[in-house]
Amino acid sequence: MHELSIVSSIVDSVTESLKAYPGARVLEVRLRVGALAAVVEDSLQFCWGIATDGSDLAGARLVVNTVPVTVHCAACGQNGALESLQHFHCANCGASATDVRSGRELEIESIEIEDAAEIAEEVTR
Amino acid sequence: MTTRIVELRQGILKKNDELARELRGRFEAAGVLVLNLVSSPGTGKTEFLQKTLAALRLIGSRAAALVGDLETDNDARRLALSGVPVRQINTHGICHLEAEMVSRHLESWDGVELGGLDYLFIENVGNLVCPSSYDLGERIRVALLSVTEGEDKPLKYPTLFNSVDAAIITKMDIAEAVGFNREAALRNIREIRPGIRIFETAARTGAGIEAWLDYLAEQKGATRI
Repeated sequence: MHELSIVSSIVDSVTESLKAYPGARVLEVRLRVGALAAVVEDSLQFCWGIATDGSDLAGARLVVNTVPVTVHCAACGQNGALESLQHFHCANCGASATDVRSGRELEIESIEIEDAAEIAEEVTR
Repeated sequence: MTTRIVELRQGILKKNDELARELRGRFEAAGVLVLNLVSSPGTGKTEFLQKTLAALRLIGSRAAALVGDLETDNDARRLALSGVPVRQINTHGICHLEAEMVSRHLESWDGVELGGLDYLFIENVGNLVCPSSYDLGERIRVALLSVTEGEDKPLKYPTLFNSVDAAIITKMDIAEAVGFNREAALRNIREIRPGIRIFETAARTGAGIEAWLDYLAEQKGATRI
């Protein structure tokens, strides 16, 4: 269970990035998480609520996009999705697949923000 | 209300990854081969490492070890019996080691210089899930699996087993007594990590340690190229 550590890193990174947008409010944080990244979405969501409560990110949605595992096959030269995490073989020719091309991602893809000017307008309205 | 999307495209563990890359550079420059040992609690990492360290010392190789645990310095005291420098890292509840912990413990390690070492072993916290996400700057990541754990463990923890460079089966001396299915274990490891080197060992009898030392020497040689 290292999702709390992961979520803390996300909060730090997003807070850091927000410095470029003074006063902006974060509505959504979108992640790319590989199927081989050893991270469970339910745990991330649970920790997200705890880690953001009372912070600048309070109320922001966390969206997790899962990236499937793809492998490059040295035998037939094809790139393809892995059919099972228990079976590292090329789906095309059946050879052993040692070259993982995607599925380990643990990335913040984007954030959706509402700019400070907009927020100020809402308040005056 | 108008909003906008800001693309960030940055690694969540960017800080760890950057520090790990820096450490890897330092290790390579110093000519020290660094290994990260990962397994479940109770696999026998410490016993295996103690035997490895003692054997390396006997043949005149200079080794040292960092050992991670949530609490206590019991493992460091056990490993120190091998006669090489050992330092405990207590994570106080964190279930894995991070590059920063390794870096910090290398900083203030009295009497140990990276340039004076052939091998540095990092024994991770016993856990087959979380350590797979954290690069420690090692060149070789090793998974250990004991004969009492069930031959299907690699299938249950594919993320970790797919990320390692070598696998070690421990406690082979009691394999028969516990009904260990060797073929199934080897097949399952290879299913998740085709082509991987596997060592069948028993720390108590010393079985398999020699092949392991040969592998270390071979890998150590490779760092100098």
